[in-house]
Amino acid sequence: MHRLLRLVIVVLALVSSASLSAAVLPEERADALYHAYDGGGVEISGPSVLVRKSIGQSMSVYANYYVDNVTSASIDVELYASPYTEKRNEFRAGFDYLVDKATLSVGYGNSEETDYTADTAFFGISQDFFGDLSTLSMSFSVGSDEVRKTGDPTFAEPIDRHAYRVNLSQILTKSLIMGLSWELITDKGFLNNPYRQVRYLDDNADIGYSFQDEVYPGTRSSDAYALRAKYFLPYRASLHAEYRVFDDNWGIHADNYELGYTHPLYESWLLDLKFRHYNQTGATFYSDLFPRRNAQDYLARDKELSTFSSTTVGVGVSYEFAKNGWGFIDRGSVNVLYDLMQFDYKDFRNALVSKEGLAEPGEEPRYSFDANVLQFFISIWY
Amino acid sequence: MRGQRLLLCTLCALIAGCSIEPWVKPYERANLADPIMSFSRDPVSASYSQHVKEAREGARGAEGGGGGGCGCN
Repeated sequence: MHRLLRLVIVVLALVSSASLSAAVLPEERADALYHAYDGGGVEISGPSVLVRKSIGQSMSVYANYYVDNVTSASIDVELYASPYTEKRNEFRAGFDYLVDKATLSVGYGNSEETDYTADTAFFGISQDFFGDLSTLSMSFSVGSDEVRKTGDPTFAEPIDRHAYRVNLSQILTKSLIMGLSWELITDKGFLNNPYRQVRYLDDNADIGYSFQDEVYPGTRSSDAYALRAKYFLPYRASLHAEYRVFDDNWGIHADNYELGYTHPLYESWLLDLKFRHYNQTGATFYSDLFPRRNAQDYLARDKELSTFSSTTVGVGVSYEFAKNGWGFIDRGSVNVLYDLMQFDYKDFRNALVSKEGLAEPGEEPRYSFDANVLQFFISIWY
Repeated sequence: MRGQRLLLCTLCALIAGCSIEPWVKPYERANLADPIMSFSRDPVSASYSQHVKEAREGARGAEGGGGGGCGCN
């Protein structure tokens, strides 16, 4: 990794010597969002407030407070646990600083649940060059998590996380901009959920199977590459397209594509439409039903590690108000976004069916569910 | 190694590009400056959408948002 960092430094030095032009700070704005997710027996809702303010000509600071209020009766919970409620509070803050015509970004985030704490520090640098046609960004983040377990005060396991990211955005024509991203993420520590169970065939059990704790490898490393494009249509509308491919050392291979369209209506309205499709193969140590207890070194029955696909259809409407300013406000917008997500699992079966004696273990129907995702937010620029 | 190769390609592109004149002039960028051309028009919404996906999919990273993330799961 040290060689990688040396290369980053060399690239930055060369970028700094290229033809430079001034970068700009992010817009000063405040956003208040309410989010609601409902799907698969899980309801999650809460607020998110993001405020960004410039200080002088070269610094912009931001802070974000985010809450998840969770009520869960997911299929896993119904199978071997009791429905529960929990709350997650997240706080992020940071600043962007213009120096020598580059933008330096530093941030910190903390996420707290009763049984989980995550701290993340972030550093990034971004540079415009070639007469502002290209923007190269690089960032590094380091995270330290603590996993705890309700009901077991002695349980506390750490996770160390690192992420390296490079992004190049390129103006190609007067109406077309493209972006290329790469991100490497490594995790080390206790990576499974301390509550989640796998199931295995057991002739002595009334329902034909029993449960044991998941066991994951202690490390995970992944690469993701994404290519995205945005095109301005002659009658003032925009199209966007994205393709991303992902691989990790757990055997998961995934890719997704997204198409979107943004269309202004009348003077003050914006309509957003999108379609997204996602596919992944399962982890090598995943199984819906293991043949026996301790069947292998690593055991997982997390449906997020199974083979599945999901499709998302989304629509959004935005209304811009105070376009000519109002008091200290330059302008504002009211926004509603709705996504319908459909998940279809290829090797994660609905074990509740066999638990009720309606099918043999391993012969239950494959699990699927729909989720409704709603966002409502108000933004003001000042 | 893949990361190093990617950075080397970036390096070569930069070196090759130092002599290139911008082919889209600043006064020709009105369309590109329109908010509807932003990859992440509303960061508060983009961050939430990214969180919804990452919590339910095995894949992670190289999303369109600002990056950094919270590291939480």
